[in-house]
Amino acid sequence: MRILAVSGSLRSASHNTSLLRALREEAPEGVEIELWDGLAEIPAYDADDDLVPGPDAVEELRAIVRGADAVFFSTPEYNSSIPGALKNALDWASRPLATNVFRNKPVAVVSASAGAFGGVWAAAELRKVLGAMGSRVADVELAVGHAGEKFDEHGHLIDHEVRDTLREGLEILISEVTPAEVALEA
Amino acid sequence: MSTTEQTQVGIPTGTWQADTVHSRVAFEVPYTVATFSGEVPDFQATLENGTLTGIGRISSITVKEENLQAHLLSPEFFDAERHPEVKFVSSSIRRNGDQVEIEGELTMKGITKPATLRGTATGPTVDHFGKTRLGLQLQTVVDRTAYDMNWNMPLPTGEPALSNEVTLKADLTLVEQA
Repeated sequence: MRILAVSGSLRSASHNTSLLRALREEAPEGVEIELWDGLAEIPAYDADDDLVPGPDAVEELRAIVRGADAVFFSTPEYNSSIPGALKNALDWASRPLATNVFRNKPVAVVSASAGAFGGVWAAAELRKVLGAMGSRVADVELAVGHAGEKFDEHGHLIDHEVRDTLREGLEILISEVTPAEVALEA
Repeated sequence: MSTTEQTQVGIPTGTWQADTVHSRVAFEVPYTVATFSGEVPDFQATLENGTLTGIGRISSITVKEENLQAHLLSPEFFDAERHPEVKFVSSSIRRNGDQVEIEGELTMKGITKPATLRGTATGPTVDHFGKTRLGLQLQTVVDRTAYDMNWNMPLPTGEPALSNEVTLKADLTLVEQA
C-alpha cells in the first residue's frame, strides 16, 4: 500500500512536514509513505491553462495522487484557513471535478500550529474542500497545538501522546483503503 | 342505522414487473429557495405474491449538472463506489380503494431503516396490447442524515442550504408476468 503525505507548509523547518516525517516512522510493514515535495512548483490556478494535459507540475501531482492508495495531509493554519498554496494545488487536482484524482480517494487531515488550537479551523476547511472534491474523508482528528514544544531541535516528534494519536490516525486511514465488508445495519 | 362501506381491493397475487419505460424513480429536496430534483433511471421493481421489492442502481442517478451528479455519487452523499444500490422491500401492503400504504425497509448507503410509502393504486387494467397493468404512485419523506448523508452549507443567513427532508417518489407501472 502506498500513502502520499502532503504538507501544507513550504517552510523548511515546518512542524507539519516534521509531523509527516514522524508519520512515516509509524508506517506498518507493507505500507510505504511518500512525502510529496512538489507544492512550490504548482502554478497559480488559471482556467485558461486548465487544458489536457495541464502544466507539468500539475500532471505530476495528479499522477502521484492517482498512484497512491490514500493521502495523508498535515496543514498549518493561515488566517483561520488553509494555506493558499495547498488550496491552489487542490483546485488544480480537482479538475475536472467529476473524474478528478481525489474522487473516492481515502484521505486524512491533521494539523499543527504554534498556537493553542493547533490549526483546527484549517483542518476543518481542508476536510470540507476534500469532501467537495469527492474524497473519502477518514474520521481522523489531530490538531497539534503549541507545536514548537512537541518537536526537538532536529524536527523529531518527541511528544508520545501526539505520536500515538498520529499512529491511530494512520491506522484509521489504512482501514479506509481496505474496509471490512460493510454490514447492513438494522 | 348507518352503514360504513369500505371498498377493499386487494393487491393481486402473482408476479408483476415494472415496465421501466413507463415508470419513474425520483427524489426531491428543498435547496435554498427552490427544489432540487433528480431521477434514478436504472431500477427494477417487482411485486411478487404481495411483496414489493425495488432496487435502484445509484450510479445512474441523473441531475441536470454533471458536477452535482459527481457530488451525489461521492462519499458525502450516496457513496456509490461502496454502496451501488438503494433498495426497498415491503413487509405489508394495505389498499383501500385507490389509496395504498406500503410499509417496509429502505436501504441507502448500507443503512436500513423502516419506511412507509403512501400513495395511490390504479388497476389492474388490461391495456390495448392485452397486458394486465397495475399502477402504483408512491412517495415517502426520509431524513437523509439517518442514512449518513450529512452534507450541508450554511447560507449567509445561517440557514442550511439543503433540507434534511427528502421526498422519494416511485411511479410504477407493473405488468403481470405470464
